[in-house]
Amino acid sequence: MTNAPAYYITQAQYKGALVDVVVTGGRIAAMGPAGSLTPPQGAETVNAAGLLLFPSFIDAHVHLRDPGYTYKEDIASGLCAAAYGGFGGVMAMANTSPVNDNATITESMLEKARLHWPHGPVLYPIGALTVGLEGKELAPMGELADAGCSAFSNDGRPVENTELFRRAMEYAAQFGKVVIDHCEDPYLAKGTHMNEGEVSSRIGVKGQSTVAEALHVARDILLAEYLNLPVHLAHISCRQSAELIAAAKKKGVKVTAETCPHYLLLDETALETYDSNAKMNPPLRPKADVEFMRKAVQEGVFDMFVTDHAPHAPHEKEHPLDHTPNGIIGLETAVTLTYGLVREGLITEEAFIRMWHDNPVAVFGLTPNKVETGAPACFFLFHPTQEWVVGPETSHSKSRNTPYWGKTLQGKVTAHFLQGVRVV
Amino acid sequence: MSDKPWPHKDLLDVTDLTPSEALHILRTAEQFQEINARPIKKVPTLRGKSVVLFFAEDSTRTRLSFDVAGKRLSADTFSLSKSGSSMNKGETLKDTALTLQAMSPDIIVIRHSSSGAAAFLAQRLECSVVNAGDGWHAHPTQALLDAFTLYQQWGGNFAGKTVSIFGDIAHSRVARSNVMLLSRLGVNVRLFAPRTLLPAHVSTWPATVCHTLEEAAEGADALMCLRLQLERQQAGLLPDLREYATRFCLGQRHLAMAAPGAVIMHPGPINRGIEISSELADAPQSRILDQVAAGVATRMALLFIYGSRSSGPAET
Repeated sequence: MTNAPAYYITQAQYKGALVDVVVTGGRIAAMGPAGSLTPPQGAETVNAAGLLLFPSFIDAHVHLRDPGYTYKEDIASGLCAAAYGGFGGVMAMANTSPVNDNATITESMLEKARLHWPHGPVLYPIGALTVGLEGKELAPMGELADAGCSAFSNDGRPVENTELFRRAMEYAAQFGKVVIDHCEDPYLAKGTHMNEGEVSSRIGVKGQSTVAEALHVARDILLAEYLNLPVHLAHISCRQSAELIAAAKKKGVKVTAETCPHYLLLDETALETYDSNAKMNPPLRPKADVEFMRKAVQEGVFDMFVTDHAPHAPHEKEHPLDHTPNGIIGLETAVTLTYGLVREGLITEEAFIRMWHDNPVAVFGLTPNKVETGAPACFFLFHPTQEWVVGPETSHSKSRNTPYWGKTLQGKVTAHFLQGVRVV
Repeated sequence: MSDKPWPHKDLLDVTDLTPSEALHILRTAEQFQEINARPIKKVPTLRGKSVVLFFAEDSTRTRLSFDVAGKRLSADTFSLSKSGSSMNKGETLKDTALTLQAMSPDIIVIRHSSSGAAAFLAQRLECSVVNAGDGWHAHPTQALLDAFTLYQQWGGNFAGKTVSIFGDIAHSRVARSNVMLLSRLGVNVRLFAPRTLLPAHVSTWPATVCHTLEEAAEGADALMCLRLQLERQQAGLLPDLREYATRFCLGQRHLAMAAPGAVIMHPGPINRGIEISSELADAPQSRILDQVAAGVATRMALLFIYGSRSSGPAET
């Protein structure tokens, strides 16, 4: 990396102090209080006055649609969106076509990521928990772990068979990997298109109760306690689940959990106009659940935020609600949206960093992005109040299925360095 | 409100309408009802206007009713159904709608199995969209014709009356629209159904949920029965039809408990002996066929109002 560019980042705010950072040879060559460092010869100066410096974040739950559905997203475009969103690493779910249930797929995904984004964002593939995600036979987790899978999940196709799920937890533990569960009772959720609540009953859409999610949350917690093994619960959306998780953690059960910005900022009324860009699974919940979820985030019930970035092409979303797929994109809006929670005082900046970086690194055993002298330079600068419009000029995903499309948001990633290279 | 432009492009649900707008529609229907009694049942009111009847789901009476209504107003009506159209070749709703719009109709009447389909069209098309039933969501023209039937029955007085709705409320667009419209007109609405056929959050509706058929029937001014879709049994919502008929079929004894002068209604098609007894369907108090006649007059009123986007007096 001798020919890597040099940067002198000055006046950035990091953990409440103003700092200067010198980046050379891909690493943080020096870091100190603002004004204490001399820029090296030829270094490009980045004036970071008024900007916050964060370690590159980790999104532990994305769908990059590659291989198989590259008209929605591919590894190159997905990692581009990640870079613009402040993410230095993303964990990609296995519901591709073919499914990521063997080393050949994992390796080809990693190769593609390295080819397009040699300095990162890092792709951390998640291996399928069962062959073809069919919920019948265990996937070859040893082979997948060796090939580079960071965790295992059947996300998108919840495991109906509890015996198989138990064995999957046990077998994954053999390789030091955590199982991530998409908690959903398939019978309670069958044929549903939104939350079951006042809105669904008024607008005549079949709804899914929060019980569909919480039932499998309870199942997984019971198994984790009984087996004394970890389990990670994906995209938790409702009060009943949050209560179960809080109680389990209090007892010392090895359960970790994630939630998404939309479950804290939007509610089921977003579906009143049958907006397919507000349709995801689990669905947006009633206001009371959203309030409870925010309180749970404040109290530290959730280990991490994730986007559940789920791109779909416009032609797939432009139908009546019951004919559209679940999911919204989120890589380029998530940090902005959740920083709003810091701004309004719901969480501290420390908790924000913990949830977007420290905890996913710890839970899944990933490489941390350290902001210290000698570490690889993986960090981004964030303008906390800059306003911008979510639209074609600001979006790098191939898809645009987000309820925030066309909306003005506050707070923006203005620069992103990965392995000392400025990618944004 | 005469001569003012009608403030709505589309009729997606009765919740689009203020009570006075709904009453205006009923009064307009009353004027058109008279035409239907003439020997020559045709007026030139909508001459040169075209109405597309886009029925992506099966229908007998609603489609026919709109067709008759349009023709009696001298509009040109064109029918499109799912079978025999490009929708069967996989054309999307958006593209079918845009294709229809390119033929410059004044009104598109749509029936579709998806809740929100009418709103989906209305958001994309410049012509008026009239919802003839979308999924479980709404059936505003049915609710208006039901209200018109009661308007005639009660001499225009809705306040303080009680209408009880029986049957599969959860999956019924007729129930949703009727609850919303009748409650806005000052009617007390009661609902009765087995719990599995009530919507999950029905307590938020402007209606009283009754626990027995008798409680719902007692003293009511109208008993409105809904069709039981036979697939509800397959979906595990009911044990079997025999049990349903035994426990939940509306019969003569329920009418006897209702208020003096109470009437029987049903949007059709009826399942005799399942949700309504044969005797009750044929009883003198039955208004089931009057509802069909009211449907033509109400839809003439709606085509006139949305076709001319005017609330002025009809040229009859």
